[in-house]
Amino acid sequence: MAKTLTQEFVKGLWDEVPPFRLVLGLCPVLAVTKAVENGIGMGVATTFVLVCSNILVASLRKVIPSKVRIASYIVIIATFVTIAELLMQAYTYPLFKKLGIFIPLIVVNCVILGRAEAFASKNGILRSLLDGLGIGIGFTLSLMALAAVRELLGTGVLTFWEKPIQIMGPSFQPFSFMVEAPGAFVALGLMLCMMNLVGKR
Amino acid sequence: MREMIKMLLVLTILATLSGGLLAAIYDRTEDKIANQVLKFVKGPALLKIFEEATNDPIKDRFDIMDGEIKRSFFVAIFEGERRAVALETFGKGGYGGEVGLMVGIDIKEDKVVGAGVTTHAETPGMGAKAETDPSFVGQFKDLSLEEPFKVTQDGGAINAISGATLTSRAVSSAATQAGGIYKKLKPQIEEKLKDFKK
Repeated sequence: MAKTLTQEFVKGLWDEVPPFRLVLGLCPVLAVTKAVENGIGMGVATTFVLVCSNILVASLRKVIPSKVRIASYIVIIATFVTIAELLMQAYTYPLFKKLGIFIPLIVVNCVILGRAEAFASKNGILRSLLDGLGIGIGFTLSLMALAAVRELLGTGVLTFWEKPIQIMGPSFQPFSFMVEAPGAFVALGLMLCMMNLVGKR
Repeated sequence: MREMIKMLLVLTILATLSGGLLAAIYDRTEDKIANQVLKFVKGPALLKIFEEATNDPIKDRFDIMDGEIKRSFFVAIFEGERRAVALETFGKGGYGGEVGLMVGIDIKEDKVVGAGVTTHAETPGMGAKAETDPSFVGQFKDLSLEEPFKVTQDGGAINAISGATLTSRAVSSAATQAGGIYKKLKPQIEEKLKDFKK
């Protein structure tokens, strides 16, 4: 059953939202969600790569021989990741330093290769663009949500562009376990659980 | 056979195009990135070393060719006649690779004004203290460049960070290197410094 263009976009926001529904691309989800700011940066970089690679893969889908398609996709994705990396270094250096190795690692994020292989290689340019945009925004929002929970409980403060906003009252004891690695798993698990509870209705 | 050629062709063209695109973007952003590194990595270390400087050491800098390598020197002007230069060196053998160190050197007395770690990949809480704990790099202050810098385990004067001897050694060797480069290039440094007299 063919989907309308709007459905193509909207599905990435809830039905196929990458970390929670497809459970794909968990490495950056767990690693960078210590702070909301990092989540946004990572999400925007991933969206940029996803949209660009989806468009290119869709427009070249009739040219690329199927035997070397994965290699071609990786070349395309790696190119856009390097572009994103250079641009972040040039314009948002502090954010680039915080995200560090996770920017180059977008290359091996299975969300991007997954969308190229499962969607863009079989659909037109416009649909692939909307799919990439939807999944990318869904990914960014999930990172932000997870990071907000972790940062809020872990530090009691939300930081946006170096400006901390105190949310919890002064008597709040930071639950610093949440901003460390195990906290990422616990928070992700709880959020998956909630998504499923809401989704069942 | 035809398919083979097509595969080769497509991959080659793809790789060439992306290589060209990346080179173009690298070219455009190279200066910007260098500026950002200066501002966010070398800048803070420089300002810590030259706290009392009356000029802006990040802006006042010059390059000297040391053989094939271009070395950047940052100039600090203090009250009175005192002048200092800072240069960055990389000490090998840290726990996570090279450790970058900015070393400020007093021109007149040939001694260290201060040092600060710029780039490193050491373990947080252990070797990374080299950057965050001022009491470690503070030990280099006022030391003479005559002797190579060594940690106490190797018979030197620098107390290593506990649990991070490798890092401390890498920092010491970077400082020693800086001293060597400074001594070698001193005539040229003094020549260049004349342009900065106020």
